[in-house]
Amino acid sequence: MLKLENISFQIGKKKILNDVNITFQPGKFSMILGPNGSGKSSLLKIFSGSERNFKGKVYYNGVDLATISNETLAKKRAVLSQQSQLQFPLQVKDVVMMGRYPHFSFQPLKQDQEICMEVIATMQLHHLQNRNYLSLSGGEKQRVHFARILAQLCTIPEQDSRYLFLDEPLNSLDIHFQQEFLQIAKSFLGPLTVLVAIIHDINLALRYSDQLSFLKDGEIIATGTPNEMVTPEIIEHVFSVKSAVMKHPFGDYPLVLIRN
Amino acid sequence: MLIVQKNKVVFVVLSALLVVIIIVAIAMGAVVILPSHMWSGIEHLLAGKPPASIYEGVFMQLRLPRVLLCAITGAILAVSGVLMQGLFRNPIVEPGLIGTSSGAAFGASIIFVLSSSLSPDLKATIGPWLVPVFAFGGGLISTFVVYSLSKESRDMPVLSLLLVGMAVNAIGLSGTGFMSYMARDPQARSITFWNLGTFSGASWWQVVITGMVASIVFYFSFRYSKQLNALLLGENEAELLGVQANKLKRNILILNTAMVSIATAFVGVINFVGLIVPHMLRLVIGSDNKLLLPAAALAGAGLLTLADIGARLFLAPAEIPIGILTSLVGAPVFIFLLKHFHLFSSKNGEDA
Repeated sequence: MLKLENISFQIGKKKILNDVNITFQPGKFSMILGPNGSGKSSLLKIFSGSERNFKGKVYYNGVDLATISNETLAKKRAVLSQQSQLQFPLQVKDVVMMGRYPHFSFQPLKQDQEICMEVIATMQLHHLQNRNYLSLSGGEKQRVHFARILAQLCTIPEQDSRYLFLDEPLNSLDIHFQQEFLQIAKSFLGPLTVLVAIIHDINLALRYSDQLSFLKDGEIIATGTPNEMVTPEIIEHVFSVKSAVMKHPFGDYPLVLIRN
Repeated sequence: MLIVQKNKVVFVVLSALLVVIIIVAIAMGAVVILPSHMWSGIEHLLAGKPPASIYEGVFMQLRLPRVLLCAITGAILAVSGVLMQGLFRNPIVEPGLIGTSSGAAFGASIIFVLSSSLSPDLKATIGPWLVPVFAFGGGLISTFVVYSLSKESRDMPVLSLLLVGMAVNAIGLSGTGFMSYMARDPQARSITFWNLGTFSGASWWQVVITGMVASIVFYFSFRYSKQLNALLLGENEAELLGVQANKLKRNILILNTAMVSIATAFVGVINFVGLIVPHMLRLVIGSDNKLLLPAAALAGAGLLTLADIGARLFLAPAEIPIGILTSLVGAPVFIFLLKHFHLFSSKNGEDA
């Protein structure tokens, strides 16, 4: 369980987050939605341990995040960031292996190799594994990093709590891989996995999330299941657009249509 | 499997080339030293006897220390290129471009000038240690200045890096020039020595010091290869993988500056080796530091020794400063590499 208590954060004099309280349960796909500049990425940086200058407390299974070292955290928490700055030629499988770095000291073990092969297969990167990372398209790079993140958290079988955070993971993916990506993320969910994603596409969020939170102006407006959460009123309140909410023709979840 | 074999071949080829180049470099010169002389010279040394002939003497006292110092320096510069490029997360960085070498030369030149006013006794006891210590200080200060000035938040833009590096280099080189100008000691090195580099004054003492420092630094950098790889993703990502980025950067900066400064103190500023060797190797074996660091040490040693052969032969019996040769050959090769391979654009070739 991941619990955030009274999180406030500011950059200079600008308040980014204001007294945020929220709990993410294991076994549930939690998603955060909100307009640009609402503080989503800052919030993710805070609870993932990248940003340590904030007010309030973050608890990983009751343990204060401030007391957990980077090394310990890296073994159970992985983050898919928005951009990676890799500008050196490396083979795809070497980039994926970086996900195992927290788990071995110098030389990868057989187990690390096996995990890499497995996530490469999961992300359908077989044909690319010996390619130069720099020669890949934006979407392919994103898949490589997702494979790396999955490799970082893989333990077979799942023994311990793990935390997977995705910051706008669907950028630069085509509609096929957007679905594929969320399905893979969902299949990664076990009873001990806390999974939180920041997402912009509200219909994908409604389709795949178990818990949905709206963030606006640094405050959590509402949290709940997709079905109980989504109304034209709240969407207008958060995003300032008019919409209609209806039942999705292919499943038991809502569909939002935006009126312009 | 194929990749593993390819990398093994690369290491075997690099090692074999290095051995051949070293033997040729020892043999070439005003007096030709045959391998039989080298062999008997080593045998006599191991048996504790003095050299039996003029050839063995030249081999033991002149050629061997020169070639070894050259090989060690080449390895230092190439490894330093790899480390700096990883640290700055920028493929165009090398010790000559970011002020390390010129700062170290400045530091060393201060001692060369001031030491003429020291008492002979004092000079004899602490003199040998002052040069490396001051070179290290100068190199560390200038590298740190470039690093902190060119850093904007967490990014390090290429342009500001190059510009700040240029400015700091200018300060270091003019400081060195001033010191050379002020020097009254006829033994004080000339300005060309610092700016262009040469191995003509190599001694066993220098070989031992650079060799010791280089082995220590190589060992620790190799142990850090995993963390250095993670750093290629960016500081933030590296921290998410459990790397203590600030501690790593500080340690690498200090280790790297130590070895480059000491080499520069003895042989002067030698450009482009640290830039070109990592680039060429990245084309062949990729950027995994666990392979790249040892490969760079071998290739750098071989390349600089080869350049030194050229420096001794082209105008024989006179000698060209080796730095002229590395820049003259290195700069066009570097431009060619950048253009020809679109090295760091996204349209790179099939495999890394």
